[in-house]
Amino acid sequence: MSRTGDVVRTGLRGIGQTLITLGLVMLLFCFYELKFTNVITDREQGRLTEELTSRWAQPVVPGEPAEPGELGLPGESAEPVPGAPDPAAPVVAPVARQLGSGFAIMRIPRLGRWNDKPPVVVEGVSVENLKRGPGHIPGTALPGEIGNVVISGHRTTYGGPFNRFDELRPGDAVVLETRDMWFTYQVTGSKIVAPTAVEVTLPVPGNATAIPTKRLLTMTTCNPKYSAKQRLIVSAEMVSAEPKGGAAPAALQGL
Amino acid sequence: MYGWIWRTLPGGRPGKVLGSLALLAAVVALLFVYIFPAIEPLLPFSDVTVDTEEAGTLWFAVGLDLG
Repeated sequence: MSRTGDVVRTGLRGIGQTLITLGLVMLLFCFYELKFTNVITDREQGRLTEELTSRWAQPVVPGEPAEPGELGLPGESAEPVPGAPDPAAPVVAPVARQLGSGFAIMRIPRLGRWNDKPPVVVEGVSVENLKRGPGHIPGTALPGEIGNVVISGHRTTYGGPFNRFDELRPGDAVVLETRDMWFTYQVTGSKIVAPTAVEVTLPVPGNATAIPTKRLLTMTTCNPKYSAKQRLIVSAEMVSAEPKGGAAPAALQGL
Repeated sequence: MYGWIWRTLPGGRPGKVLGSLALLAAVVALLFVYIFPAIEPLLPFSDVTVDTEEAGTLWFAVGLDLG
């Protein structure tokens, strides 16, 4: 047993312990990402649902916005683009435009039990916004409007609200519930694009200069799961808009 | 390191066990509350270091966050 031997042994033990510790920290990080972030979002969604239900239960005071921030952000107009044919414009429900606040509830009958806790859609797509739930890209159309409602959501982590969106098929209904309205969209197709394909978010997807005439919904998430290499895009078009108060839309019967 | 901690903690065996658990809980809390949320955006599947003000990069940021 030499003095040098002790030093070497202590040094090696130190390195070994450090490596094992780092490995454990990384495992813990995986647990955090894959499990704990779901808990965070679950809590946020619970809070959002509560907020939304209590806000929706209150009558609208004339002269005051029905939802916070409604008259707020510039650049969002409830008016259809001039010149666009608008034969049967449904009543556009007032929806919140305050970043991070919920304004709609999404339901997709195809996904079955997923609808037990239908996600509340929030305004904004910042990292913080998306931790709360699927986010509506500010400046894109609002539910029911002519143009393109663009909603992005996590595929995995943070509740992964759009996790099973690869199962959606043309014809599937996507129902957005706002304060006063049910908007039923029908899936028209899905595709996988590069992360740079901003054109899918345009009012007329793929055409920056065209005047929108359709009421579209575009939902984006990442693809494949656990990767950011591509985007999964699910497109839908509005088929009906019904005021709340009556029966739930036909698409939701049996849910 | 772990040996040193064990030797340094007071209170005999029960005290050392309790002290170790408390230290472990503190480290896990520190990681979950501060460190993991801080390093999360630095990973490739949640890269938010790009400018989110421009339309083009907004998409980039949004997309990369969806990992």
